Amino acid sequence: MSEGFPPERRPRWAAFVIAAGLAGLAAMILVDAAGLKQDGGYAGVGPADVPRLIAYGLLLLAVMTVVAGLKGDLPRPPRQAPAPVLWIMGGLIGQLALLHVAGFVISGALLFGMTARGFGQRPLWKAVAVGFVLALVIYGVFDRLLRLNLPGGPLELLIFRG
Amino acid sequence: MESFSLLMQGVSTALDPMIMLYALIGVTLGTAVGVLPGIGPALTVALLLPVTYGLDPAGSLIMFAGIYYGGMYGGSTTSILLNTPGESASIVTAIEGNQMARKGRGGPALATAAIGSFVAGLIATLLLAFLAPQVVKLALTLGPREYFALMVLAFVTVSATFGDSALRGLTSLFIGLALACVGIDGLTGAARLTYGVPQLMDGIETTTLAVALFAIGEALAVAALMDPPDGMHRVKGSVRMTREDWRRSWKAWLRGTFIGFPIGSMPAGGADVASFLSYAAERKLAKHPEEFGHGAIEGVAGPEAANNAAAAGTLVPLLTLGLPTTATAAIMLAGFQQFGLQPGPLLFVMNAELVWGLIASLLIANVMLVVLNLPLIGLWIRLLSIPRPWLYGGILLFATLGTIGVNPSPVELGMLILFGVMGYGMRLYGYPVAPVVVGLILGPMAEQQLRRALAIAQGDWWTLASTPVSAVLLGVSAVFLVVPMLMRLRGRGAVLSQVAGDAD
Repeated sequence: MSEGFPPERRPRWAAFVIAAGLAGLAAMILVDAAGLKQDGGYAGVGPADVPRLIAYGLLLLAVMTVVAGLKGDLPRPPRQAPAPVLWIMGGLIGQLALLHVAGFVISGALLFGMTARGFGQRPLWKAVAVGFVLALVIYGVFDRLLRLNLPGGPLELLIFRG
Repeated sequence: MESFSLLMQGVSTALDPMIMLYALIGVTLGTAVGVLPGIGPALTVALLLPVTYGLDPAGSLIMFAGIYYGGMYGGSTTSILLNTPGESASIVTAIEGNQMARKGRGGPALATAAIGSFVAGLIATLLLAFLAPQVVKLALTLGPREYFALMVLAFVTVSATFGDSALRGLTSLFIGLALACVGIDGLTGAARLTYGVPQLMDGIETTTLAVALFAIGEALAVAALMDPPDGMHRVKGSVRMTREDWRRSWKAWLRGTFIGFPIGSMPAGGADVASFLSYAAERKLAKHPEEFGHGAIEGVAGPEAANNAAAAGTLVPLLTLGLPTTATAAIMLAGFQQFGLQPGPLLFVMNAELVWGLIASLLIANVMLVVLNLPLIGLWIRLLSIPRPWLYGGILLFATLGTIGVNPSPVELGMLILFGVMGYGMRLYGYPVAPVVVGLILGPMAEQQLRRALAIAQGDWWTLASTPVSAVLLGVSAVFLVVPMLMRLRGRGAVLSQVAGDAD
């Protein structure tokens, strides 16, 4: 994927954000490790020690990422279109919120429709309709035939109850 | 000849109609995902893991292996006709293959790729059958120290050796290792990083992480890019190869096989590395090196044979040592664990029928694949005309289906979204995704071996390098870590970044 990044020098604040994220992850691990009962046994190495080592590794990588960021050594992503990303994220978050209220088929139809809309499919209602049919088929095959337990809502009850 | 009789028993298992059906589903799906850009074998196996929960273990594992093989076949089609590799191991195929297609020689290019894949798959699967029992014998002599050293080697080669930055590769690996700490510690039962959330007690699901990184991260990255994709080159004329094509191809197939298999079977990178090295070898040995870059058939034949041979080779450490060296192998390991099977030397004793059935099925799958990919090639090309909105809508629907099927909780879906966004960010800034998955699945295993080794030696850290085998393995790991860094410092990193790949 590296060919898409033109070598361009600008302040690499992204590297500092990444480094902060790594350091934050390390801090979470260290705080958690401090709360664990140390029970090393014969090994002298308990449940907290390996996470600690990993946290130190993350801290070191965070420092190196800052250094790399200062030198401008981080690929520059190509220009991103925000709208498609927001459509897809909306579909995913919508499914998360609606799954247990509306069931798999309706939330899945919305996810499919909004993703397709993000990729340029118009109008939205048509994409959702296609998604609805697909989600219905998937529910029928996976929940009924393959016994995968998918959450059902009022619609699934109505169609598949009999 | 012990292997031979075991393999024959395996063939009788593999000829069971149900098992053949699983293999057929596997290779068909594998070819389809290989052809479609944006989904690779790793993602497909991850998507199917939850679906196969209630199915026959042997059949499911055979299906997964079929997907891996099929992905290697199908990837070449997209490379040749579209100049967009369907999966990472076909990147070099695109160099010569697409040039051939532009000159109207797409047919022979597809043929040499498919027949080369067949030859390589056949030889490499037989090598797997004869090598595996030897490695098992060796593996029985290895203790926790040696296993830990092997895993360190796998960590290094997966993250730091190839790709354009050791820093970013190692960062990905450590994110995976950090995620691996979540859950109940296998040796003491202490709950780590769970914050009282019951869903986190079991740790982070490999499938959730893999699906999020590969499917959602990829979908977001592709959606946000707005380049029109390259046009497709129609296959003109027949796929038949001329006598000259055959003459130039067969040596490349064999060389590709014998480059690919060892690379796949050592913890030294996957099929993408093998295909790149094979391309380099063909270019050096060619009688007409000036044709390279303008459609040299050897440049398609060699790498395609090499990536199939490497896929078979990857199964050697996976089955005999329980050591995954690629993202697909890591997810297949999760598949074994889902059925309560632990790959490793004991698998060959406890589940001999399953292992040999799996290996024999690969031989049969290989025959199915050459049939699927030569006479039926037109069908696969039609797959490429699915509009992208429908394709990615379907991928996301299936991605969430897998997660919801395992665990329909908002926590699990929330993690899927979170890791999906992380995958998108990693793609933006050139962080490889595969080391995260390998870190998540190998991390706890490495930790257990480390602590076992230290317990045996009563806490003496020098024990890790105290046997010749473990010392050599750790030494090799250090070389694989340091040498590429020096190469990059001297400005020779271009070679390494070309070898980098992700999706398998």
